Amino acid sequence: MKFRLERDVIADAVAWTARTLPTRPSMPMLAGLLIEATDQQLMLSSFDFEVSGRVLVNADVMEPGRVLVSGRLLADISRLLPAAPVTISVEGSRVEVTCGRSSFTLPTLPVDDYPSLPDMPGSSGTVPGSVFAHAVAQVAIAAGRDDTLPTLTGVRVEILDNTITLAATDRYRLAVREFPWTPANTSLDVQALVPARTLADTAKSLAGCDEVHLALAASGASDGLMGFEGDGRRTTTRLLDGEFPKYRALLPSESATTATVDTAALVEAVKRVSLVAERNTPVRLMFADGEVELRAGTGDEAQANESLECSVDGAAIEIAFNPQYLQDGLSALDDATTHLSFTTATRPAVLTGGSQASSPSYRYLLMPVRLSS
Amino acid sequence: MSRSQITRGARLTQADVSTDDPVIDGARDDDGCNILHVDMDAFYASCELRSRPDLVGKPVIVGGDGSRGVVTAATYEARRYGIHSAMPMSRAKRLCPAVIVLPPNFALYTEVSAGVMAIFRDVTPYVEPLSLDEAFLDVSGARRRLGPSADIADMIRARVVDEQGITCTVGVAPTKFIAKLASTRAKPDGRLVVPTDRVITFLHPLPVGSLWGVGDKTEQALTRLGLATVGDVAHTPVDTLIRAIGQAAGTHLYELAWGRDPRPVVVPEGEKSIGAEETFPRDIDDPELVHREILRLSERVASRLRHQGLVSRTIVLKVRFADFTTISRSRTLRSGTDISREVYATARDLYDALGLERARIRLVGVRAEGLTEADDSPRYMFLDEPEIGWREAEQAVDKASARFGKGAVQPARLLDTGSSDGFGGAPVAPRPPR
Repeated sequence: MKFRLERDVIADAVAWTARTLPTRPSMPMLAGLLIEATDQQLMLSSFDFEVSGRVLVNADVMEPGRVLVSGRLLADISRLLPAAPVTISVEGSRVEVTCGRSSFTLPTLPVDDYPSLPDMPGSSGTVPGSVFAHAVAQVAIAAGRDDTLPTLTGVRVEILDNTITLAATDRYRLAVREFPWTPANTSLDVQALVPARTLADTAKSLAGCDEVHLALAASGASDGLMGFEGDGRRTTTRLLDGEFPKYRALLPSESATTATVDTAALVEAVKRVSLVAERNTPVRLMFADGEVELRAGTGDEAQANESLECSVDGAAIEIAFNPQYLQDGLSALDDATTHLSFTTATRPAVLTGGSQASSPSYRYLLMPVRLSS
Repeated sequence: MSRSQITRGARLTQADVSTDDPVIDGARDDDGCNILHVDMDAFYASCELRSRPDLVGKPVIVGGDGSRGVVTAATYEARRYGIHSAMPMSRAKRLCPAVIVLPPNFALYTEVSAGVMAIFRDVTPYVEPLSLDEAFLDVSGARRRLGPSADIADMIRARVVDEQGITCTVGVAPTKFIAKLASTRAKPDGRLVVPTDRVITFLHPLPVGSLWGVGDKTEQALTRLGLATVGDVAHTPVDTLIRAIGQAAGTHLYELAWGRDPRPVVVPEGEKSIGAEETFPRDIDDPELVHREILRLSERVASRLRHQGLVSRTIVLKVRFADFTTISRSRTLRSGTDISREVYATARDLYDALGLERARIRLVGVRAEGLTEADDSPRYMFLDEPEIGWREAEQAVDKASARFGKGAVQPARLLDTGSSDGFGGAPVAPRPPR
């Protein structure tokens, strides 16, 4: 095998493929990156039985072939190579990487036992990469990180005709986002639970694509995979098992108080005031009379106080939140103004973007912190 | 009862501190002697004797009487037979067949202890309890009000006898370390003042084992250097000590040997932890039984949390195996809890995560740490948590227990009573034949 291509092309392709390589592979060969050179095309693949990655790039192939090398090492090398064409060739049981006046020789891994990558699931459709990346980022923030509750570390993906709904919760907050897509065939009704971290990484890495193909087997025929593809890059991930909480029932249908506030100003105020909120203590918000007053710190400890303008509709309410969770939600809204609605100080509050108050596409549900028994 | 003790106490005080002792008992020159170490005499046993005057003067020990029982306290009469605390009960009975064994009653000891600590806090706010029956007091402020430290010590001893009907011993010295040595020397029912200028003469003849931090290993190392007394250590170059026993220990012992101990009396901030543990009557390996015991201990710990208005953020599980190796695992929760179910769920998860393949277990314990007042502690709730949930249910259980007695309402799994095998009547699987 022998081929040549530009440094930036190989560096990008290797970095993208090596992204999902396991740091502690269960089998040594899974730390490898598979290089397959065919007719003027180069295919790089990685797979750890959970996530697969595959990228196709054009290359000047002098001799076709197939080889497995350490992905981590190849990624490190290609990232730092000088700006010059890169030649990669197999010499016996070793791979030689040459670029300008620098050259590397890497050992190869046995390629014959390398597992074949899963195929993309059947049904699919497309969505602009930037829309998908933004929607996933808004939701993944609320996913749980506790591996003892695996179901909550996933993002629920629901596809119904031309609408996709994403939802994630760690039981303290819930983020739900709806967005339209273009399905290849109509009357789709499928659901899946995708590992949040993989989904967020994948969506981010495909954000630059004009079109991202999403593929999910129709319910019932599910082979437990979701696939993503754009600009010659393809990823599949295994789905999570388990029953996602029935989150729709948690969304309050009515509210006693609503408030609208400048998002950036509220984020800044929360950041400042929560400086004195020691680990685990909440920030209190008092909505009344055209302003919201933020307070944190108790008793003999340091205390902080700040108020800002805010239009309040309905009964005055004092409610306390974990400052980080509140900031997460405000940042994820990505809207100049934030609309908050409350029922009571012990029931979840809903944050939505002020510019789409009537029919919000994104909702961030946040459970308050109870202050005393 | 108290009269006889006072008389006996007075005699012992006289007898205990001999006139050729380098330390003057009742010395008035107690400048700088601001630290008191107060230690109850044979505390658990003394508490028991309050209600059993017929046993005064007899060898009495307190402890579990089962096959696994150990002596938790022994009267001085029992100690004359060589009985001491932590000794297996069976051994104690061999040493003194006539010994009277009383079962422990921790509720009583806690109550007496609270009374004693209250007396201390009348004297000074600077009270550092070390256990139920001993505490350090810093009386530097109280002396202006109450007179010399020696008088304060006598006043405390008199009040403890008078109000609680038990005796104690007080060591008075410039530092914690010397105060503790002094009370040990003056036991029982005594008082010893070690003035600043007598510290060295008091300390140097003592064996090296008296130094705080010297265990068997260090003692051996010092003996190899030919150091038998504290004075020997004090007159050894500190570098030699460091070479023999290490930098930290060497410096530490040298300082102590010259009576230097900078540790202040520290008033604990609230209660540090609440725990309960259980030694099984025999080692068990059935996870089902361990779970049930963890549930019982969790109920006990959480009910104490609720009773004291505290919540805990860190739950600790302790497991001691048949070979006495002991491990503990802890998990910190998102927010403090006083809910039995949460304590149990956390402790059980910690146990399950050990992945024990039927290892034989001798003891399990559940402890709640990171305690804060429930009223000022934020409580993180789940989105799908009902407003009235387990916490409220358990508060109702507490009320029922207060009215109808402990265990009026309890988890069904713990209901099986009536058996005294310590497993709450659970059938214990017979050991499979080998």
